[in-house]
This record gives sequence, C-alpha cells and structure tokens, in this order.
Amino acid sequence: MSTDQKSKINLVVNSESKPYWEGAAKGQLLIRACDACGKVHHYPRTICPHCFSDDTAFVEASGNGVIYSYSVTRQAKPPYVIAYVKLDEGVSMLTNIVDCEIDKIRIGQKVRVKFSEAGDGYALPVFTCA
Amino acid sequence: MGINGKSYIVGIYEHPCRAALDKTLPQLHAEIAKGALADAGLSKDDVDAYFCAGDAPGLGPINMIEYMGLNNVRHMDSTETGGSSYIVHVSHAAQAIAAGHCNVALITLAGRPVADAKEGKPVRYYNQQAPDFPFEMPYGPNVTNMYAMCAMRHMYEYGTTSEQLAWIKVAASHHAQHNEHARLRDVVTVEDVVNSPMIADPLHRLDCCVITDGGGGVVMVSPEVAKSLKRTRVKVLGAGEAPKHLAAGQVDLTYSGARWSGPKAFAEAGVTPTDIKYASIYDSFTITVLETLEDLGFCKKGEGGKFVSDGNLISGVGKLPFNTDGGGLCNNHPGNRGGMTKVLEAVRQLRGEAHPKVQVRNCDIALAHGTGGLLGSRMGSATVILGSEDA
Ligand SMILES: [Zn+2]
Repeated sequence: MSTDQKSKINLVVNSESKPYWEGAAKGQLLIRACDACGKVHHYPRTICPHCFSDDTAFVEASGNGVIYSYSVTRQAKPPYVIAYVKLDEGVSMLTNIVDCEIDKIRIGQKVRVKFSEAGDGYALPVFTCA
Repeated sequence: MGINGKSYIVGIYEHPCRAALDKTLPQLHAEIAKGALADAGLSKDDVDAYFCAGDAPGLGPINMIEYMGLNNVRHMDSTETGGSSYIVHVSHAAQAIAAGHCNVALITLAGRPVADAKEGKPVRYYNQQAPDFPFEMPYGPNVTNMYAMCAMRHMYEYGTTSEQLAWIKVAASHHAQHNEHARLRDVVTVEDVVNSPMIADPLHRLDCCVITDGGGGVVMVSPEVAKSLKRTRVKVLGAGEAPKHLAAGQVDLTYSGARWSGPKAFAEAGVTPTDIKYASIYDSFTITVLETLEDLGFCKKGEGGKFVSDGNLISGVGKLPFNTDGGGLCNNHPGNRGGMTKVLEAVRQLRGEAHPKVQVRNCDIALAHGTGGLLGSRMGSATVILGSEDA
C-alpha cells in the first residue's frame, strides 16, 4: 500500500478556513457554533450541517480532549502519529499527536492543544499529552 | 419501483494484466469492453447504455463512448463513489433497465497505478477544493493510516486482535493460490501476517491489498435480451447504496456504510444473510472486511474477529466463503478500486465457473459489497445481491 510521507505543511487558505488559521496563530483552537440550533460542528462550515442555518460563527474551544483513535505511520521518516481527538466540546477532529513518547500513546488518553508554526503568519493545531 | 428480477448480468471480463506499461488507460477500457461483450455474445452496437466512474479519462462516458465507437448509447451514468462505484453502477443499470431506459448496459473499470508510478505520474489526485482538504491534509492522512485508525478503535472497543484480522488475509491467500492471474499466490499463515512489517499501527504490510493495473467489465441486459443469449444468466435481486462520513464531528470508526446499504439490498432481494452462499467483500485492508461483515449482519457488531477466525472465510472449510479469486488482498485491486472484481467473482460463483478448488456447491445466492473512499473518514458503500435463474 501507499506509504506516503507526511509532506511539508501547505495550508489551504480560503474564505472558510482563513479565520481558523489566524485563530491558531493567536493560540486559539476554533470550532464552529450555530446560534440557530446551538450545536457545534467540525470541520468548520458557513452553513450549519445540523440545521442548515447560516447563523454560524467561530468560537474558541477549551483545547482539551481525549484520543478517540490513532495510528503511527511507521514507514515515514520520522514516523508520525495521526489521530482523531474528541474535544471536550463534543466534536472530534483529525490531528497529529506530537512531543509524546510514540509507543506510550493510548486511546482515551487526555491531550491538550498546541500550535505548530505553519508559515505566512498561520499556525496548525496539534495535540500533546496533557 | 423495485429491481428484483428485472435485469441480468450476462457478460463479465477481468483483464489478466497486473502491470500495464504497454497499454493506455482508454485502451484498457476498450479491451475490457470487448472481453465482456464477447463473453455475453453481444456486439458493441447492441450497447445502449454505458457506465463508468472517475477512473475513466476525460469526461468519462463522453470520451469513452467516442473512443470505443459505441454508436447506439441512449443512457449514460458516471456515478463516482470511489472503489464502490461499480457496484452502484450495477444497481443503477438495473434501475435503468427496469425503467425501460435501456436494454444492454456496459460497465467498465480500468486503471494503471503501477505503470503510472513507473512513469513518474501522480498516482492519486485529491481536489484541494474538497471541503475537508484544508482541515485534514496538513496532518498526513494516507490510505493506510486512515484505515488503521478504524482497526485501532475496533480493537479498543471489542478486543479484536491482529491475529483475527490476519485470518482474513490467510483466507484470501488460500483462494489466490488457485488463480493463475493473482498478484500474490503464496499461501500465508497468521504468523506471516503479524510478522510482516508494520505500515501504520495496527496494520501490517499483509493486512493491505495489492496495487495492480488492469480492470474489469460487466454487461447487463433486460430479461428479454437475456433469454435470447446462450450464456448462463445471473439475476440481479436487490441493491443498496449509502454514504457514511464524519457526521459534523460525531466520529465513529467502528462501522461502515454497509450498515445501511446492506439492509436495503437484503430487503429488496427478500433474503437474509443466512441465505448467502458466497460473499465478495471489499478488502482494501483486512479491517475493511471485518467491519463490513458485521455491518451486513453476518455476525453481531464486535464479533467479527471471532467470525473470521479459524478459516471461516475459506471455501470448503468455513461457513462463509469469501473472495474466492483471492480478492484485493491477493489477486487484483485494479486502479486502487476493488468494486468491479467483487461483482466478477460473485458472477463466476453463480455460474459455477469459479476455479473448481474454490467453487461453492449449489451457489444460488451471492452478495457483492463495495467501499469507496476511506473507512476512516468518508465513504460510499454499496451492496448488491445476485442469484442464479432459479433464485
Ligand atoms: Zn444549526
């Protein structure tokens, strides 16, 4: 199977994603909330995927969550950890687990957001062991 | 309007090549079309409907109909749901035939990822305008690690083991030894699988499917046309299709879209999982098979590990013979899309034309299931149930 290496971060900055990257650069993990139905969602969209209202806005998440699942891409140099982290706010996001001993990572482990420099004044939210 | 009994598969072809360095992509499609029509005893001028997916170059049907000189087409469908597309096509062709839109439908799949890689062409292309792309691609998702996270979670929730997953590869390898065209023909053991290099925890190299060139095709016709042909016909009994995705962040990786496509297909066919004598199950990875078997109701959720163990999927040994051509795990996964070959082996089984060493006795009802996209994020699932003339 494919053993794609994790390539250099090239953020796609568009009208829906730009505030998200700008927030990350300021140390904020943003999720999208809907004022019409009161629910949050991820990844962020202009129109709410729960109720189809356009009354949505970015809100700051706590940055705390637990690992829902993960995998170590062993063939990459160096190996990296991809994961779904379930945020305390209830939504899960695809991310990387960094700065932890790879072989001690477990499902259910508490993690905390940190931000990785992504160039052009933007940053990428990643997670590390809490 | 249901489709049960309203159309038949009368022609199939699997391209024997597994590396297509000397063939173009359109050429592969045309060779496959020629093979499938010859198998049916029909000519290209009989074709009045053409189906292809995203593997077909250009604008799909538009370019391929011209290239192949299909001059009597009055119905086209280029539904693209990744590797499951061709099972969706069987369903859509059955609907179109039942509705009287066409009488002879041709479906083709072809791909040359091996040749493309050797020629330095990009193997996969994913559109930056896909809504998920900006928020996922920076983290290095690839096909293997995205399926691996499903296996990891399934193990966590249900105690599934690497050894249980390995049994799926073992069963496929037992079948592939009899297929002269199979990419991998050596019989492997559970130990071979779990001792193969770790690609993305917990998936080892032998938990993964092969990468091959080639493809396959199917010809479907109305009952009237089927009666005029000499070939053993295979009846389409029921079908279902369903998307499954990350649900706005409510992620659950322990099941697939088969949870919804399966029951629709069973209901339309009027059968249950215990009636299925042979199953073609999409096998991009061992975990794909395990979750799908649970979702289709062959066993309870969480008991897939136990179900696949001890050779239960090996023809002549276990209760549910699966992928008797060797599947994507050992035989062929042309163009990184395994749905077509799933239909082909189900048809061989129902015709009694599978290899004698793997032919299921009295095979009257079979199932083929496809998964397109990623089990670990968003997918198109499709199930079709086929039967012999008497089913
Ligand atoms: Zn809403």
